[in-house]
Amino acid sequence: MKKMKCDCGHINPEGTILCEACGKPIEGNQHIEGNDEKNLLNMRYDGTARRSQTYNKSIVDKIWSFFSSVKVGVWLIFIALVSSAIGSIFPQEIYIPADAPNRAPEFFYEDRYGILGLIYYQLGFHHLYSSWWYMILIGLIGVSLVIASLDRFVPLFKALRHQKAKRHESFLSRQRLFSKSDNVSSEDLKTLKENLKKQRYKVRDEDGYILAEKGRFSRWGPYVNHIGLIIILIAAILRSTPFFYTNEYVWVREGEQLVIPGTDGEYYIENQDFILETYDENDERFRDAISLEGADVPSNYQTDVTIYKAEDNPLPGAEAELNQIAEGSIRMNHPVKFDGYSVYQSGYQANEFEKMSFKIHKNDDPEEEALDTFTINLTDPESDYQLENGFRVELRNYYPDYYLQDDGTPASETNYPRNPAFVMFVYPPDSDTPEISFLGIGKNIDASGENQYNVGITDFEMRDASGLTVRKDYSLPFFGLGAAIFMIGVIQGMYWQHRRIWVNPKDGGLLLAAHTNKNWYGVKKDIEKVISGTTIKNVADQQEIND
Amino acid sequence: MSDLIQWSSALLYSAFILYLIATIFFSATIRDKRGKSKKGKAGGIGITLTIIGLIAQIGYFITRWIVSGHAPVSNLFEFMTFFGMTIVFAFIVIYFIYKISVLGLFALPVALIIIAYASMFPTEVSPLIPSLQSHWLYIHVTTVSLGQGILTISFVAGLIYLIKKIDQTVKSKNTTWLEVVLYSLILFVGFIIITVVFNFMNYSAQFDYPATGGNTVTTEYHLPAIAGPTDGTLLTKDVMEPLFESPAWMHGADAGRKLNTLIWSILTGSIVYLLLRLVLRKRLGAAIQPLLKNAKLDLLDEVAYRAVAIGFPVFTLGGLIFAAIWAEEAWGRFWGWDPKEVWALITWFFYAAFLHLRLSRGWHGEKSAWLAAVGFAIIMFNLIVVNLVLAGLHSYA
Repeated sequence: MKKMKCDCGHINPEGTILCEACGKPIEGNQHIEGNDEKNLLNMRYDGTARRSQTYNKSIVDKIWSFFSSVKVGVWLIFIALVSSAIGSIFPQEIYIPADAPNRAPEFFYEDRYGILGLIYYQLGFHHLYSSWWYMILIGLIGVSLVIASLDRFVPLFKALRHQKAKRHESFLSRQRLFSKSDNVSSEDLKTLKENLKKQRYKVRDEDGYILAEKGRFSRWGPYVNHIGLIIILIAAILRSTPFFYTNEYVWVREGEQLVIPGTDGEYYIENQDFILETYDENDERFRDAISLEGADVPSNYQTDVTIYKAEDNPLPGAEAELNQIAEGSIRMNHPVKFDGYSVYQSGYQANEFEKMSFKIHKNDDPEEEALDTFTINLTDPESDYQLENGFRVELRNYYPDYYLQDDGTPASETNYPRNPAFVMFVYPPDSDTPEISFLGIGKNIDASGENQYNVGITDFEMRDASGLTVRKDYSLPFFGLGAAIFMIGVIQGMYWQHRRIWVNPKDGGLLLAAHTNKNWYGVKKDIEKVISGTTIKNVADQQEIND
Repeated sequence: MSDLIQWSSALLYSAFILYLIATIFFSATIRDKRGKSKKGKAGGIGITLTIIGLIAQIGYFITRWIVSGHAPVSNLFEFMTFFGMTIVFAFIVIYFIYKISVLGLFALPVALIIIAYASMFPTEVSPLIPSLQSHWLYIHVTTVSLGQGILTISFVAGLIYLIKKIDQTVKSKNTTWLEVVLYSLILFVGFIIITVVFNFMNYSAQFDYPATGGNTVTTEYHLPAIAGPTDGTLLTKDVMEPLFESPAWMHGADAGRKLNTLIWSILTGSIVYLLLRLVLRKRLGAAIQPLLKNAKLDLLDEVAYRAVAIGFPVFTLGGLIFAAIWAEEAWGRFWGWDPKEVWALITWFFYAAFLHLRLSRGWHGEKSAWLAAVGFAIIMFNLIVVNLVLAGLHSYA
């Protein structure tokens, strides 16, 4: 690397535009920031040697220059913006409405949105945010954040650390705010320094050369907020690993106790009760709105649960010993938490059938006197029921959630007993020839038309089922940290300014120059206060003059 | 209880009237050519009225909160009204920093339009559904709204900048786009006018139409049906037959009625715009421009930037960070690519680009003002189109 020695003795890295120590423009590099064509010096990044502006030979140099450019960064943001918008035109795959006739994406989009929907689906926009190209796009933004920040932060940090109070005259006179005063008394100089301190400047006096500086930390704001964003992106990558994040959905029926999926059999959950409450439609406050709605408005979804932990890993097949570790009510906005897991109220199924009781009676008996009775546990039905009085019932077919298909054959829509139906073979005592009955809610069909016995529903028990989301997410603290750092960085960079005032003696008088990264009005005010009561001339705004 | 709700409505109404009168006083600040002292007086009265109006609106907010038992930011009417309030609040703050009266002449009408627009939606106090029962409701919603209110001031300053800056002597791309911006604002006025007129006439037409899933749904039109529901049947007698049916690909909830409202708003807004053009005999931008003689361009540019500098972090906090915390509490996922979330991200991307272009690439003045206008369009898109058309989990607000 070609180092360059300035007249002041400081050795600058190759590509430096303004000497890090004294600010003298370094010959041959002035075109980089356009200083050769203008009277004022371009003070962006203090004229430091940025890698992206210095080297452009190898492929690495070219990639570095590409990603360090703000223009490229803004383009990437813009492309991400447009892509994100495209993904919101039609619902994403996970938001295909539950009431859609067919929720399979290959049907849904074309069925509902026609040719446009078909194109949308075929381009893969129905899962746009998890597509490889969207990931790459966000990844490129991450790369741009890192490279653009390093390219600027490192040299700027060095330059501000190396800076000297004594500045080259051409540096001072080519600042936007500059004045030259003759014959300044040492009294005035003293007042000036005191005033600077009063304005809360950090004042450095090196052999009479003064550098007053404040708010340097605001220069790091952009880099700090970029670090926050990078932490968020890293958190997002961590979250895609099962160690940091698991997510399961589980249906638990009232009174049921089962192992929580995704916990390796370590935790069990028991549903004590599911509660659905609605607003009182006569409530004076909400009467109008509820009648406008035309339906009950729910006020609470709640599942009372008990959580158990299995002690040690039981032998396969052996019952685990369970210890209760938590008990609570899961409501919307109020998940139950235990050992790093959170359980959320996510859905419910009211009035699922639990058990159904039947009796057998003679077909021609007007009293329908029970000859035999039996009960089917609908979540765990047996295939054969040997009854007390000699009847035997074989459960040939069981449809937990019965519906009639288009071709006229029965089927089950789900595995949940919401609308149970049965095909039963009834063997009368001492008979090997069964009578076939089809039974459902409000249905009792005699298949042959010659049955002597009839099966009737006498009773049933119902219960609710809760849909619960079980989640473990150890990536959250990282997201929180990233977000906090981002906010700090934004505020740090946006609401403070880095102001510097140089006062250098010259032939019995002095040169005064100032620079700020933003809010020139503020620094001008500062200077007015600093020179009040002295004979030092106020600075002229050389940019305004030139305009 | 019902007394209090009437008080609440009365307070909102007073706030509306006060903002309206304040606008007139702010307009006096530019007409007055007699001298500085007079001008200061009109501006002083204007800002005082605005502050009283804001207090009245805060009164509305508090009383409604007492009545319903939850922060009144839970449906479209309440949220949009609150948004209007944050615009006024942001304007007052900026006014005291920069003392620009002309800002009031544009900021208050924008707030007025938004409050009037809000009142076109059902205003009944509605019960809070379980997913909204959280402290995060008002923490998140108020912060987002405040952020958007401040960003709206950036648009207002940018708009004034553009009207003053753009050369109106010749027709150009710039003059056309400026007309597009002004025309879009007038569309809202069109919506308000037509809704008020037909509400006043108590217009109602009912339709049955097949919804997705096979069942038949009844919908009530409050505007004559230009576009009827897809495959709908008109139930009400002696009302206008729809001129055409909504295309079948529009499948959102009640898509036909929304399309019909949109058509009416565009029709009415266009008529208002054309009438204005006929009366003024020049572009609206050209007609307003002479009023802005005293406006200082560099100061407006500064306001447009400063509002983004303040609004962007506030929006990030409310619209992304608080939103994520709440989503994590309610649904167990802090980010789910719901359309509302996506558009909050888009807004954030946009203003991030705005700040990079301004601070690093030197996009000041006109370019920056155009960006502020686009930013406002994105915010309004998120508030209106996403809620009414792309409804996801946020469909209630």
